[in-house]
Amino acid sequence: MSKVIEGLRYSEDHEWVKVEGNIATIGITDYAQKELGDITYADLPEVDDEVEAGDEFGALESVKASSELLCPVSGKVVEVNPELEDAPEKINEDAYEAWIIKVEMSDPAQVDALLDAAAYKAKIGE
Amino acid sequence: MLDRVGVKSLDDLYSDVPKDVIFKGEYDLPAAMSEQEVRDFFESLDSKDEKLKVFVGQGAYDHYTPSVVPYITSRSEFLTAYTPYQAEISQGTLRYIFEYQSMICALTGLDISNASMYDGPTAAAEAVKMAPTCTKRKSRVLVSSSLLPNVIKTIQTYSYYHGTELTLIPCKDGQTCLDSVKAELARNDVAGLIAPSVNRYGIVEDLTGFAEAVHGEGGIFIEYCDPSALAVLKTPAEWGADIAVGDGQSLGIPMSFGGPYVGFMACRNEYVRKLPGRIVGETTDTEGRRCFCLTLQAREQHIRREKATSNICSNESLMALFVTVYMSLMGPKGLKEVNDRSYAAAHYLHDELLKTGKFAEVFDKPFLKEFVLKPLMPVERLHIKLHDGGFFAALETEEGYVSFCATERRTKAEIDALVALVKEA
Repeated sequence: MSKVIEGLRYSEDHEWVKVEGNIATIGITDYAQKELGDITYADLPEVDDEVEAGDEFGALESVKASSELLCPVSGKVVEVNPELEDAPEKINEDAYEAWIIKVEMSDPAQVDALLDAAAYKAKIGE
Repeated sequence: MLDRVGVKSLDDLYSDVPKDVIFKGEYDLPAAMSEQEVRDFFESLDSKDEKLKVFVGQGAYDHYTPSVVPYITSRSEFLTAYTPYQAEISQGTLRYIFEYQSMICALTGLDISNASMYDGPTAAAEAVKMAPTCTKRKSRVLVSSSLLPNVIKTIQTYSYYHGTELTLIPCKDGQTCLDSVKAELARNDVAGLIAPSVNRYGIVEDLTGFAEAVHGEGGIFIEYCDPSALAVLKTPAEWGADIAVGDGQSLGIPMSFGGPYVGFMACRNEYVRKLPGRIVGETTDTEGRRCFCLTLQAREQHIRREKATSNICSNESLMALFVTVYMSLMGPKGLKEVNDRSYAAAHYLHDELLKTGKFAEVFDKPFLKEFVLKPLMPVERLHIKLHDGGFFAALETEEGYVSFCATERRTKAEIDALVALVKEA
């Protein structure tokens, strides 16, 4: 059973979004980290990079796979989790604690199109 | 056998191939030959070869290949067609690739080497492609015009199709112009610079200040090197380079009609995930024994698909083995001796040629085994004279100079004979 947290929003591609003002904190879900297996490397964007909803903003590598990270919202990267560079396995330990990037949203209304916890649970069949 | 696999004819095995792409004409092939006839045929081809003494370099060097090298590399355990798909089953292959990588790291002073590339020019092109990925956001790469012409052309070909913008940096006094590099860097869109340690004129470049300038603007510094010369020159790591590339031909591979050669590519630890090609790593098996495996494969095409760092998914394994055996045999002392003797031969040749009064000095710069001079006579006449005397020398360059090279294989008698011919030309 994968953990899904009430109050967060979720993308179809298994990213979670926590909204505070116009800042979106983004990570991958517990379900996604289980699917990936042991994460060995996080290829991350840089602060000030522009990101578009639906576009790739980085990638996570596990032992024999690599998965792209797709951004659920558009805007500018204002923070990148510095812990992930040396310890990407923190995503496996707690996917909701180990956020990946924070984005200053250019269009906060995009959040409304994302799934809520119940819809995401239904999507992953739990 | 056809019965056993359940088909009527050999052609049935190709039934999936569309009819309209199958060649239907007669094959224009000569009649079959007996073993004796094949031998005669190749002997007649061989007799057409001119066994000239090589006094030209330009990226391919006539260094001596100790007989142990072909003996070991032609052993059937090594001389197989391809890496098996389950690479780890071939511990011997992975072991020598690991040794090769370790030796390349020792030569360059850098942290990581891949399992090898096709040749020097394609390794350079791959390194140029790495620059924007390593630095993100920046798209332009500076290319020194003192690089060998074939290296520049290969970089241009790869970059054209990959969309990397290139700017050629002019030479000043025969070496990469640092002021021009700084002027381009000021535009703040430069991902990196590629410059040679020994350039197309044979000059050993003074790379002081290049790495600092490029790093200062967030770019990476790529050094193109002759690995044999690295045994006596400052290493790429000492020059502050982030990536080192070059052709391994000078490490024991004979000059056989331009190939196969082998490219090498090494980089600093922080760029390992952008490094193209295979990498062999050391690990332990389930019983704790030391063994070898392919590692960091998530960079590669079979996993990352179109997002892979490169479409290279193999290496130049047999040639990498050549280099490994050669380097094991020579060691740092042997490589230094090769350079000492090449240096002595080339400098003696240089001075004797100038004494003939048939050439003028072009650059007053340090060189190792290769140099250019300005001919004071028609080049054609010189070429005919040298060729008839059994020498391949005085290659004409794009700039109208003639290029000479002397390795440790060139004896004083050979050099004196060449100089005597020049005097008559």
